[in-house]
Amino acid sequence: MSDDIKHEWPLFEVFVRAKRGLNHVHVGSLRAADHEMALHHARDLYTRRNEGVSIWVVRSDDVVSSGPDDKDAFFAPSGDKVYRHPTYYSIPDSVPHI
Amino acid sequence: MDGAQVFEETIAKDQRVEPRDWMPEGYRKTMIRQIAQHAHSEIIGMQPEGAWITRAPSLRRKAILLAKVQDEAGHGLYLYSAAETLGADRGDLTRRLIEGRQKYSSIFNYPTLTFADVGVIGWLVDGAAICNQVPLCRSSYGPYARAMIRICKEESFHQRQGYELLATMMRGTAAQREMVQDATNRWWWPSLMMFGPPDKDSPNSAQSMAWKIKRHSNDDLRQRFVDMSVPQAEALGVTLPDPALRWNAERDHYDFGEIDWDEFKRVIAGSGPMNAERLAHRRRADEDGAWVREAAAAHAAKRAGAPA
Repeated sequence: MSDDIKHEWPLFEVFVRAKRGLNHVHVGSLRAADHEMALHHARDLYTRRNEGVSIWVVRSDDVVSSGPDDKDAFFAPSGDKVYRHPTYYSIPDSVPHI
Repeated sequence: MDGAQVFEETIAKDQRVEPRDWMPEGYRKTMIRQIAQHAHSEIIGMQPEGAWITRAPSLRRKAILLAKVQDEAGHGLYLYSAAETLGADRGDLTRRLIEGRQKYSSIFNYPTLTFADVGVIGWLVDGAAICNQVPLCRSSYGPYARAMIRICKEESFHQRQGYELLATMMRGTAAQREMVQDATNRWWWPSLMMFGPPDKDSPNSAQSMAWKIKRHSNDDLRQRFVDMSVPQAEALGVTLPDPALRWNAERDHYDFGEIDWDEFKRVIAGSGPMNAERLAHRRRADEDGAWVREAAAAHAAKRAGAPA
């Protein structure tokens, strides 16, 4: 075993498109020396049974995410904007196709 | 609401805890230990059957066995991936396994003496694993639960290929039937031990149930496995090696004999028939692969233009 963590390959996040017409969805992560190897490993690890038609790999340390503490700042303001939803507006039942 | 309240509420509402959420240190430690132990079991679990790949009796059986052992590797990697979301490091976990500081399932410390063992492992060992793992698909830690869903989908193939292999041998010669019975005799009790110590001797269970990491007690899952296995054994035409095994109409379950917990403790403590060999093999694979990992890292660094 190598003496410390420095030879450890970086972590990559893997996204798989299950079939044409669907988004790529996060399925997990893996270790690889570079992007090309990450793609090959992702193929072996996450698509052994026709689970996908396309794979993305992204280095985990390139992913920026909102944190649990940001929850209110990010998501609370949308709570009081009910007028963004179609059900906010009352339309007489007699009006068709709306 | 502070982190602790959010955590309590998430558990109470049966929602999932996600990597960046606040969680009690004990929860994090328990999850890392359980996921790592599970990952190690998958990785070590490649060995007993892997030994038979070159000796499988037909191309069909060889292809099936290769696919199965590759799945076990995949399951180990899904789980290491889940452990890393908790701040564990994959290389460090491997080191802990190799140095004997983290455990793996006691079942893999038994030898695979004949090809019938490959079938019985699929039927009983993977059958017991499925019993254990299906409830874990609802475990409270999100990445673990999602890895378990993926694993459970694949385990079903493992169990069915094993049972089919055994059914084929049972239609063969008297010697083949004897091999199946012998393998069943050797694997039955170790399979029952896979569910862990009896509830009264399982001190961590209550906390794991409270945190919804575990959903059923060891004894409940063991009983479920016995009840499932008896009719499967009958259909196969083998006898399970337990004279005390009989239907109890009052309990609506099968009664079964006393498990040899001293043997379980000995094997866990490292004195099983194959403990030393399993770890030595894993250590050798790690050492033999070190130069490949280092070369790949150096090559990637060079191509990226950074000093290696």
